[in-house]
Amino acid sequence: MPITLLIVQILNGLQLGVILFLIAAGLTLVFGVMNFVNLAHGVQYMLGAYLAVMFYGLTENFAAALVLALAMALLLGLALEFAVFRHLYDRDHLDQVIATLGVILFVNQGVKFLWGAAPLSLPIPDILSGSVVLMPGLLYPVWRLVVILAGLLVAALLFILVAYTRVGMLVRAGATNAPMVSALGVNIRRLFMIVFGFGTMLAGFAGVMVAPILSVEPGMGDSILILAFVVIVIGGIGSIRGAFLGALLIGLVDTLGRSFSVDLLRLVLDPSAARTVGPALASMLIYLLMALVLFIRPAGLFPAQGR
Amino acid sequence: MVALPAPAAQRSAPADVIAPALIFVALAAVPLVASVGAQTYVLDLVSRIMIFAIAAVALDVLIGYGGLISFGHAAFVGLGAYAVGILSAHGFGDALIALPVALAASALFALATGAVCLRTHGVYFIMITLAFSQMMFFTAASLAPYGGDDGLTVRARSTIAGFALMRDALSFYYIVFACLLATYLLCRALLGSRFGRVFCGGRENPIRMASIGYDVFRYQLVAYVIAGAIGGLSGFLLANAVEFVSPAYMSWQRSGELVIMVLLGGMGTLYGAVMGAAAFVLAEEWLSGLTEHWKMIFGPLLVLVVLFARGGLVGLAARLVRSKA
Repeated sequence: MPITLLIVQILNGLQLGVILFLIAAGLTLVFGVMNFVNLAHGVQYMLGAYLAVMFYGLTENFAAALVLALAMALLLGLALEFAVFRHLYDRDHLDQVIATLGVILFVNQGVKFLWGAAPLSLPIPDILSGSVVLMPGLLYPVWRLVVILAGLLVAALLFILVAYTRVGMLVRAGATNAPMVSALGVNIRRLFMIVFGFGTMLAGFAGVMVAPILSVEPGMGDSILILAFVVIVIGGIGSIRGAFLGALLIGLVDTLGRSFSVDLLRLVLDPSAARTVGPALASMLIYLLMALVLFIRPAGLFPAQGR
Repeated sequence: MVALPAPAAQRSAPADVIAPALIFVALAAVPLVASVGAQTYVLDLVSRIMIFAIAAVALDVLIGYGGLISFGHAAFVGLGAYAVGILSAHGFGDALIALPVALAASALFALATGAVCLRTHGVYFIMITLAFSQMMFFTAASLAPYGGDDGLTVRARSTIAGFALMRDALSFYYIVFACLLATYLLCRALLGSRFGRVFCGGRENPIRMASIGYDVFRYQLVAYVIAGAIGGLSGFLLANAVEFVSPAYMSWQRSGELVIMVLLGGMGTLYGAVMGAAAFVLAEEWLSGLTEHWKMIFGPLLVLVVLFARGGLVGLAARLVRSKA
């Protein structure tokens, strides 16, 4: 039994990892290219989930809800960029943090205003519901596998996009030295908008994908945003590769830590002490990991070149 | 990076003495004025303002003078509060025990996390301080013996050497007032000292400071520990004010609120942080009375302040004075 439990938890960790990657990728690109700290990035994740629930209610069709929610999330993201964020690119990080915090307060409360404070949920599409037998004695929900696969697919697409296309080249160049890219005649504002819109879609997509398995509620983007911060700090800001490996690492460590900390501690402590210390230690684990990485490499595991 | 405002030491001397003096005289006079109306309500409200102001003044030392944008200051407040809550649950209800423990706990946490955080710069520093405070938040939430998510009730306000001085609203008010005044004077003296000059130099030009022989990291770490301990003091008072402790004290929104207070008042002035705390708490009190969805008003307001009101309330006042002169 323990080995199947281990496999299940590893899959769960991977699933959290790819979701974190979808969020962290946008965050790290936006920061890498525009030097812009966007605390409100988690809001896009929440909006993706809420919009999917709303459009599902209207269309009763998951695919349609997914497409409409992504389009709407992109529109809202670009509207925010136009109204607020683009005025902040030249400001210092403190101004960016506070203004985007204001945006979070507004959108979180706005969501509560429109849809209420109670958690909502999105049904899993019929063909992808239910569980599949991975090996004898190991049932795993199909939807979670779909989330993992979709996340890995998007990650692969992103790698190709960044490594082999012209826009990707500009993004990499922008992450290294944005003023120089601008001086070479590239419309940097347009590049910013493309990167921002893309990051918005990725976060929105993550929100739609988790909507069937997590509760959709106001503020759901905030805690995952902080995890995404931990991911990009570990991976190195501006680096897609770092974000990917960091996300998987954090997803696995967090999930496995939470599942097995009590059992592992029981080997050295008495059961009641293990039950008390275990959860506390598990929730600290990823931050301790982050501290360790930073202690060894202050700029993260894969710092983007030139910063 | 856009240049941060000049430290108070470089500003005009009268404004730098008169403004804080006016603020503290006004705070000292609040109970006299309030005695005509709803005294307990006013005293509680202004006590709360001053408790947040204590943490915000210390945070202003880091942000406004050291350029260290700490986004996890609520963790220190929470640690101080939990020291009171946990000790009180075990029957230690005296400030002579609770206060040193609160200060030591937050100072130690600042020392341990500061040693890691201060190795990084800029946005990394923001994210790491945020992450560490989130760590404390989740740790507190998983402390099942002390209420976990739900928090824990403090049995009674701390006694001071056996005397129940904090149980009376008026004397509690003046205790908080004294703590705020002491914090302000301490931070001011610290920044005016040779230590403070090196610390500010670390923001202006760390490479030059290093080349003339200062290990800026150490100065920043000491300042970080002091600011953390002051956060602990704020938490000690907060736990006594509301007689309740919860993980929410350490949430990243609380840290954000403290940074907002600093920015709202005008960073790099210390007394601006007091004004910022007042503005924030009063705005919250007023707007939440208007509508349950007050954050939909406050959020955009914050964006507008960042975009158009640089220098916060102090900057606004300075512009007014200048245009009259």
